[in-house]
Amino acid sequence: MQKVVVGMSGGVDSSVAAYLLKKQGYDVIGVTMQIWQDEDICNVSENGGCCGLSAVEDARRVAAVLDIPYYVMNFKEEFKKSVIDYFVSEYVMARTPNPCIACNRFVKWEALLARSLSIGASYIATGHYASITKLPNGRYAIKNSVTRAKDQTYALYNLTQYQLEHTLMPVGAYTKDEIREIAIDLKLPVADKPDSQEICFIANNDYAGFIEEYLRDEDNRKIIEQKRARYQKDMEKSGYGFTPGNFIDVNGNILGRHQGLANYTIGQRKGLNLALGKPVFVKELRPITNEVVIGDSKDVFADSFYVNNLNFMAIEDLKDEMVVDAKIRYSHKGSRCTIRRTGKDEILCRFDEPQRAITPGQAAVFYQDDYVVGGGTIIAK
Amino acid sequence: MEKKIYLDNAATTKTRPEVVEAMLPYFSDMYGNPSSVYEFAAQNKKAIDEARLIIANALGADNSEVYFTASGTEADNWALIATAEAYEAKGNHIITSKVEHHGILHTCEYLQKRGFEVTYIDVDENGVIKLEQLEKAIRPSTILISIMFANNEIGTIQPIKEIGEIAKKHKVLFHTDAVQAFGQLDINVKDLGIDMLSASAHKLNGPKGIGFLYIRKGIRIRSLIHGGAQERGRRAGTENVPYIVGFGKAVQLAMDTRDERVKKEIELREHLIKRILTEIPYTRLNGHRKNRLPNNTNFSFQFIEGESLLIMLDMKNICASSGSACTSGSLDPSHVLLAIGLPHEIAHGSLRLTLSHENTMDEIDYTVDSIKEVVDKLRKMSPLYEDFVRRR
Repeated sequence: MQKVVVGMSGGVDSSVAAYLLKKQGYDVIGVTMQIWQDEDICNVSENGGCCGLSAVEDARRVAAVLDIPYYVMNFKEEFKKSVIDYFVSEYVMARTPNPCIACNRFVKWEALLARSLSIGASYIATGHYASITKLPNGRYAIKNSVTRAKDQTYALYNLTQYQLEHTLMPVGAYTKDEIREIAIDLKLPVADKPDSQEICFIANNDYAGFIEEYLRDEDNRKIIEQKRARYQKDMEKSGYGFTPGNFIDVNGNILGRHQGLANYTIGQRKGLNLALGKPVFVKELRPITNEVVIGDSKDVFADSFYVNNLNFMAIEDLKDEMVVDAKIRYSHKGSRCTIRRTGKDEILCRFDEPQRAITPGQAAVFYQDDYVVGGGTIIAK
Repeated sequence: MEKKIYLDNAATTKTRPEVVEAMLPYFSDMYGNPSSVYEFAAQNKKAIDEARLIIANALGADNSEVYFTASGTEADNWALIATAEAYEAKGNHIITSKVEHHGILHTCEYLQKRGFEVTYIDVDENGVIKLEQLEKAIRPSTILISIMFANNEIGTIQPIKEIGEIAKKHKVLFHTDAVQAFGQLDINVKDLGIDMLSASAHKLNGPKGIGFLYIRKGIRIRSLIHGGAQERGRRAGTENVPYIVGFGKAVQLAMDTRDERVKKEIELREHLIKRILTEIPYTRLNGHRKNRLPNNTNFSFQFIEGESLLIMLDMKNICASSGSACTSGSLDPSHVLLAIGLPHEIAHGSLRLTLSHENTMDEIDYTVDSIKEVVDKLRKMSPLYEDFVRRR
């Protein structure tokens, strides 16, 4: 019997995933990952979604009902290194990170997969409404479930072929309503947890407060210094992102003072405290001069951008050009875009129609026929 | 093997059937509140006094010096917080060690937040506290030394008599967390110069949810729990009569059977240590080779993840542990193993097996065979091991 480790949050989807796999004849082991750091047990317990303390309690109950072995595995160190350190360093470098993508790639699908394989499992499984297909070209690719309005593939674009080959997503073949019915039939003690848009390790969505707290620790500061060593000199003026500087307009005129780059993201309108008699938006963050460029609504649209840190899924590589749908953030609908290779680890993306707030640090994910073609990180260039 | 092999007796032990039997009448038959005046309740008061006397005798203490609590951890909290408060006028400095149970360490952190100063004494590579450092750490403002009797993770027994002498010489109070040692080791509080001692029933085949604090006569200590005259006015709350009775019974049985139990445990322990160390390469025994709890073993296997090892042993019906479990039941690298100088990655690959007199040689052999198989499998998949082999 093949063993499979199901990542369990105590929610409906992963609970039914465990049930479906058991029914299909797998030897199912339930696992919840512990990722919260000591000091924020309460935050993560409340907001922690898949991995909070309440997730542990709920998942343990579900595992007992399904009569499967259940364990909590500790990934604190991996999470700190791959997600929290990355998250803060990106903000410090005036970019807007996506910690969920980092968590998927390095914690769930690297550390959890490795530990699952080490205890004799052949696969890890999740409750995503998506499917993994082996294409005629031999590549594994993720496709969003057709019945699912909400996209569950954007944050998975960075998975490697090896990771996909060892992953099962059993609920991808069902609708959400069908899954909920199965849970009711089984009398599973599941809480229907709302999908949180917030970041699990940050209380009240207070990014700036979290980053300031993080940077109070000397060891943490060392880590950040190392990560941005290449840019150190360039970023002296903006410090750790909390050094006040000037708001300027697109012509370089000073409009006011800002509170430090880490407090702003591209496209932001609220909280600027600028009275200019018209709605204005953050158009650009300039770490070298420690300036925030302000524009009106049309200034925050652009049609082309570069990405690096590439990962390909449905194709092995991008030779020259390809027309795809590109999503530039989780909530973006996607838009027609031509992608073209411009360097060893660089692609130029040109939308047919200009798009709003293309933000450095966020992921651009490319789709064709609903399959994830690949993606990368948007860079300021 | 279909049967469970339970090798986690430092976490908790099986309650002996005789203990359960002794407890049962005090639930639905003799359920009176010991503080009441009528005759029906008086027999409960007597039952508590008997249990208290058994425990006092086991410690070489007077029965008026034993105070029941709801756990060993409560006793630890009480000893530290209430002493700190009572002696605040004299000073604000407490000395403890880096290898204490969290019942002590987290309470110390709490006191630090409230303005007390705490010195954490180092241990050597065997986990033995550095006596010289301890004595040097004493200042005029030192009010309490709290050092555990024997370590819950690596089993090392501390030089309690010497610590007692140092404390006496400098007129500082001495508390010891004896949760792992009580019932296993010979403890006489008067001979050892112990002023306060914490212990718990469920580590010696008694029920969970009952502990005590020994407080030497003449020590000023405040109450931690307020609201009644129970326990000579020092620990309020209606006495947990059945559990106190069970505790007394468990201690009596533990003392009566100690010599034979310890002999058997040491025999099993030595067999286990010998086989593991000779049959599995790149393995070390943590803790003192000789001065350790009779039932404790703790190993580090290089190149593997302790969590995977535990899960795979569980799949083979072996209950083991690796250090102390945290809230979720997942594992952090042990502060004790880090304190004895193990690097992070080796501390991660650790396994604690704690035996009982009910284990058999067959069980130990099956366990060693299973560990061999699992460690071998995990190493074959470990990139660290691969690197190591390649470099060799």
